[in-house]
Amino acid sequence: MTNTPLLQSDRARPWACAGAVILAAGLYGWALLMAEETWQVLSLLILAVVATGVAIKTGFVRRVERDWAASETRLNRLAFAVLIALILVLSGAHFALLMISTVLLYFVASLGLNIQFGFTGLVNFAGAAFFGAGAYTAAVLGTMPMIPPILILIAGGMVAMVISLPLLIPIVRTTGHYAAVVTIAFGVLFRTFLEVNEVLGGPQGLMVNSMKVFGWDFYDAPSVGGLDISFYVNYALLAAGLAALVFTLFRRLERSWIGLHMDAVRLDETAAACFGISVKRTKIQAFLLGNLILGVSGALYGMMISFIAPASFTFSDSLLLVSIVLLGGVGNPWGSAVAAVIVVLLPEKLQLLQEYRFLLFSVLVMLVLLFRPEGILSRQLRNFFPDRRSDA
Amino acid sequence: MTGPLLEFRNVVKNFGGVTALDDFSMTLAQSEILGLIGPNGSGKTTSFNVLTGIYAPSAGQVLFEGQELTGVNPRAVYEAGIVRTFQRSRLCLSLSIYDNIMIGDTSRLVRGLWSNLISRRALEKQLDVTQRQARDLVATFSDHLADRMEQPVGALPMIERRRIEICRALISGPRLLLLDEPSAGMTHDETHQLMDDILDVRARGDGLSIIIVEHEMGVIERITDRCIVLSYGRKIAEGTYAEVAADREVQNAYLGTD
Repeated sequence: MTNTPLLQSDRARPWACAGAVILAAGLYGWALLMAEETWQVLSLLILAVVATGVAIKTGFVRRVERDWAASETRLNRLAFAVLIALILVLSGAHFALLMISTVLLYFVASLGLNIQFGFTGLVNFAGAAFFGAGAYTAAVLGTMPMIPPILILIAGGMVAMVISLPLLIPIVRTTGHYAAVVTIAFGVLFRTFLEVNEVLGGPQGLMVNSMKVFGWDFYDAPSVGGLDISFYVNYALLAAGLAALVFTLFRRLERSWIGLHMDAVRLDETAAACFGISVKRTKIQAFLLGNLILGVSGALYGMMISFIAPASFTFSDSLLLVSIVLLGGVGNPWGSAVAAVIVVLLPEKLQLLQEYRFLLFSVLVMLVLLFRPEGILSRQLRNFFPDRRSDA
Repeated sequence: MTGPLLEFRNVVKNFGGVTALDDFSMTLAQSEILGLIGPNGSGKTTSFNVLTGIYAPSAGQVLFEGQELTGVNPRAVYEAGIVRTFQRSRLCLSLSIYDNIMIGDTSRLVRGLWSNLISRRALEKQLDVTQRQARDLVATFSDHLADRMEQPVGALPMIERRRIEICRALISGPRLLLLDEPSAGMTHDETHQLMDDILDVRARGDGLSIIIVEHEMGVIERITDRCIVLSYGRKIAEGTYAEVAADREVQNAYLGTD
């Protein structure tokens, strides 16, 4: 965490810089999603790298962070509005909307991992398994018409949480590498189980029925004023809503006694225990809550892509989720958002990279750990009630 | 006050073949300051770790206010009103001073998910109360530090970290404070200041008892009512500082015999 004093900004509009960044990010996102040619994508990438470098060197990042601390709610709302606007502007573009939704759902999943790893220090290399558990739950329950699909999302999270229960024993008893190995084993077991299980479609996988809200099927694309609107708009909007909801809960968790105790457990278990914090309870809360979030995002992801197979939820996919957390900045949700864009969008946009995407991410993670170990955006000091700051 | 506040009865702690505490018995009275001294490896910190539930004793009993406190977990020890500082200060360096001190107030804070995430009225109230208490506590040591409550602890010098550790221990209103080498890593002047701090704490008159492990004999001489000297896990002397300093066996333990 960096030392950013949470002082009131002395400028007249303490949100102007950060607001401009949000609008620029929206515009940039639109350009990147619309870019077709490799040279366009490459020049946009170079632009991003140069802009980020300049922003870090000139202290602009600090300034934006200060803005954010000063008027957080306003800026969060602006970011959400820009996201919705971006979705609506792109309402005819299937592929762009699929990308946005995928980024959003990976972002939500990475928030789950951040509660485990970023707050509590629990390493989870089976993220894709819990994500997949949610998707498979959606596939199975989706065939039963009497279950409302919103409930299916929750059920996806519950199933992910329940299958993680056996892992609690090693997670609570061991630390660091040992716990990591156990989760790796679990992820591999999960995939093998799916592959040999005929009821769940075996290696070929399963169809997933689409989302329905009050009898309205998400695959019935609405048509507004004669314009064709992609059915992905529904999913993108729902994913945006889910992301906003989970983001809010994530922030509240961070800024609560539970979040404080998670930090204490990560930083010094013994000292935490000497001050009455139940290390066991804290770890269990973090692990289950994280897996619940992974499962919910997986369930919506399954409904959206409408076809799932064991090959989509492998160890490599778990590593991808972990690399979002590491790249973005451990414990910082905005960092994860940026990293989710990089990890999801980059290989899709640069098809020549598709083959090498894991190589690319490994190099990227190593570079970040070498030169900016706290991640692209470092975690800020806790500010329990940011909106009250002004009268303090 | 009838019985002693704290009592060790024939406590033994073995690590494999090594006996770190050997048949150690002692008592501590209400509002007493007891010094625990002895050469390195004589079992001072081990006795703290046994008392705070980090290690379970191999044999013997620990009683606090007449209640059995043998081999319970650290949380139960904290809830009974015993808190400590650590030899190598164990603060969360990336967290603010507020956060670090509020970690010490766990027993009074709401724990449920609902009241932490959804309906946060109680949390907000507790935050106000606890932050004000933390600030007041820090201000008794240093006004300068009280103006920097939102800065991360990692940026502070050793003496300030010790003070924060002591505040973290005191915020829950404990009965017994254990100080494990508070002067470690500090200059002579800083040690002097910290002694004043500890005497200030005591002067507040809320009946707090203190056990202090220390190598700096000046500290022990100035602030303790009574001392216990340990050597190879055994108690070899007990009395006021002047008494134990004159003890032949104590001198041998520190300087060796010829």
